[in-house]
Amino acid sequence: MTALQHVKLGTYYVVHLPEADDFDFWRERARALVQCDVPPDRIAWVEPGGSGDLFAHGERRMPVPPMDAKPVRANRRFVSLARNAILHSDPERFALLYRVLWRLQSNPRMMEDKADPDVRRVEELDKNVRRDSHKMHAFVRFRLVESEANSGEGEVGEHYVAWFEPEHHILRANAGFFMRRFSNMRWSILTPRGSLHWDGETMSEGPPAERHDAPGGDPMEDLWRTYYASIFNPARLKIGAMLKEMPKKYWKNMPEASLIPDLIAGAQGREAKMVEKGALEFEERPDTLAAIDKAIHACRKCPIGSLDNHAVMGEGPQDAALMIVGEQPGDQEDQIGRPFVGPAGQLLDAHLEKVGIDRRSSYVTNAVKHFKYVQRGKRRLHQNPGAKEIDTCRWWIESEREIVKPKLVLAMGASAARSVLGKTVSITKVRGAPIALEDGSELWVTAHPSYLLRLEGAAREEQARLFDADLAAVKARLEELA
Amino acid sequence: MAAQTILQKLEILADAAKYDASCASSGTAKKNSLGGKGIGSTEGMGICHAYAPDGRCISLLKILLTNHCIFDCHYCVNRKSSNVARARFTPQEVVDLTLAFYRRNYIEGLFLSSGIVKSSNHTMEQIVEVARILREEHDFRGYIHLKTIPEADPEIVHQAGLYADRVSINVELPTDSGLTRLAPDKDARQIEGAMGKVKADLVEAKDARKRFRHAPRFAPAGQSTQMIVGADAATDADIVGKASRLYDNFRLRRVYYSAFSPIPDASAVLPLKRPPLIREHRLYQSDWLMRFYGYKPSDVMQATEADGNLPLDIDPKLAWALKFREAFPVDVNRASKEQLLRVPGLGVKAVGKILASRRHRALRLDDVALLTQSITKVRPFICTVDWRPVTLTDRADLRSLLAPKTEQLELFAA
Repeated sequence: MTALQHVKLGTYYVVHLPEADDFDFWRERARALVQCDVPPDRIAWVEPGGSGDLFAHGERRMPVPPMDAKPVRANRRFVSLARNAILHSDPERFALLYRVLWRLQSNPRMMEDKADPDVRRVEELDKNVRRDSHKMHAFVRFRLVESEANSGEGEVGEHYVAWFEPEHHILRANAGFFMRRFSNMRWSILTPRGSLHWDGETMSEGPPAERHDAPGGDPMEDLWRTYYASIFNPARLKIGAMLKEMPKKYWKNMPEASLIPDLIAGAQGREAKMVEKGALEFEERPDTLAAIDKAIHACRKCPIGSLDNHAVMGEGPQDAALMIVGEQPGDQEDQIGRPFVGPAGQLLDAHLEKVGIDRRSSYVTNAVKHFKYVQRGKRRLHQNPGAKEIDTCRWWIESEREIVKPKLVLAMGASAARSVLGKTVSITKVRGAPIALEDGSELWVTAHPSYLLRLEGAAREEQARLFDADLAAVKARLEELA
Repeated sequence: MAAQTILQKLEILADAAKYDASCASSGTAKKNSLGGKGIGSTEGMGICHAYAPDGRCISLLKILLTNHCIFDCHYCVNRKSSNVARARFTPQEVVDLTLAFYRRNYIEGLFLSSGIVKSSNHTMEQIVEVARILREEHDFRGYIHLKTIPEADPEIVHQAGLYADRVSINVELPTDSGLTRLAPDKDARQIEGAMGKVKADLVEAKDARKRFRHAPRFAPAGQSTQMIVGADAATDADIVGKASRLYDNFRLRRVYYSAFSPIPDASAVLPLKRPPLIREHRLYQSDWLMRFYGYKPSDVMQATEADGNLPLDIDPKLAWALKFREAFPVDVNRASKEQLLRVPGLGVKAVGKILASRRHRALRLDDVALLTQSITKVRPFICTVDWRPVTLTDRADLRSLLAPKTEQLELFAA
């Protein structure tokens, strides 16, 4: 380009940029034009493929700045913004940046004035470009193609190829990001604005590409889709939040995006099913013992409730200071419908009487409300309830505790202890000392009387002694609390 | 039983990991794979490679090594007594999956957690082994977040910090009594002890790097933790108090909140309905106020209502402003940065812009409108050259004027 010797007043200059993202070229031309005092409205900036013909009559030769021209001033903030904003696809960007540069000469701190429309527009362009770059880092998806061409050093020809459609001229500016990240990988990124190729050592640029130049799939995408679908939590649907960050325009090049409509449609149904499957529609706690009694008869929240049996409600005064918790009703309790009336109940009564605890002033209940058994001929054999069944039934015992508000809870056996504490404890370790409960009451743990029934001889005597000792300690503590 | 395929295991173990809220990949040391043998880079800013319809960012491959567990925490889908499908990855399988995903630019790295199998130490060793293979055998320089197990030997946890960008230990529940009730096998003191140990390691490594350029890095992205909201009776005031204590004591980078969500095969001790998602959001907002807006925990607690919870219909900043109306209106042309940061509707960026612009012009209401998202929200609390909210600040119905209109979501939710 030959230079014009003198600046002619009123001349209209046309600057053709070699590349849409060539900041250095723009900067060099802009600097000269400012030094020649060419006002913004006398310049047309034309990018490749832009409408240059409109300005056919304009002056294409650049003016030469006078020898004594003042240096052009621009602060660092402007330069860094401009370097990025120039990648924007808005054809007006070159003129806008020139206008700001022009104004900066008389108002060097202009960039601080965030309410100025030009400053706002430059910042907006910069923001859009940064977002586009960021989305490129995020949403480029490579697909593996095995190529015959060996890269030389024994590496089998693994070549990763991506197709991406950026909104702005950001491809070249982001080459470094992908190079630093995948430096030991052979990869290409194809876009409608050009392409990049990295072979592990050098970067090369190629012409604009089309979608069919890139591979159509990758077996790994099935795993990725599986991951995408599994990590999604159907209990929390926030479609707006997703769309804000991952607008639909990106979806067509992301393998996982095809799942989105189905995931959304299925989500509400899935959550409803989840809640229903747990059959956990205990929403409000019953507030009277009678309501609990009624509710447990209809309870089918665990498999025990579905056996041929009856729920057995706890019994005793509603203001009892002591609550005694057993494991579950046995065969006789189930038939009679009262807790602790079978052999274990009779044994319990005998021991209570021995230490002087009045059963009638205590509230006696069970951790599990239904009798769990297996049928053996005519007999129903007792089965221990599982942890899950005990936990499910905690709902009821907690409701009972809330109404009766005992000062002291005596749990007999591991199942009863679990139902009060929520965890399984070892009876031998915890017996004989109080455990503070959240509501201010305290828990004492002892063995279940049916355990004594299964023992004989010296072992039984020893256990009976321990059982009595526990009951005596409970009685003493009750008197302290009263 | 036929052996499970990688796909089946991934399905189970990703599903099991989804109740962990964190997926951040930001704030670590800059590194890239130039001059190395493998792949991977971290350049400061985290990248979300996809978003799920739950609105959450997918940045890392977030999976469990196994969902077998010897613990029985009620809120956890993987607890011992839960009846879910179980699976187990070998460390090598996790490594292969991570690299395959990373090469295709699906992820920023790996977030590995695990159910407890055999013993805490054994589990922690397996987790560390995955990180070791990635870092040492494949020279992987992407992001690694390891969940550490408070009960494990501190030496193994230390090893995890040497490979990982971030380590985290979940405090799980905001109150100790909640933890005792819902996570009977865990111990609050042990959790905090482990966090204290990680903090000491972080401080020591940072100090060593100042003196020796090649001293090993220890979890450059620091440590974080997670609390479950809505599974116990803790109020927002309890939660905010706990969080600020954790920030102070253990120099955490983040406290994550996870709204308790109904899990399959739930334990009967749990509430069955999920807490409103908005509650989690309000807690994050208050977290933001404390981290970036100069609010003290006591300020946030003042914004709570009588029941100790933050209002759900308005954000905590607005709630605070409505309670302390005497602090407003604030003159945008004169007020200090701290005062401006208290104005509902003005973010950190907008305040920065106001401070810069007012050196050049006396700001009018229209100017402020250009610098903020919504002038209607800001207007009652500020003065400009041409604006004073005389009637607005004293109005009793200000709250209803400013609260967002109730959304008719339920219509479509069915």
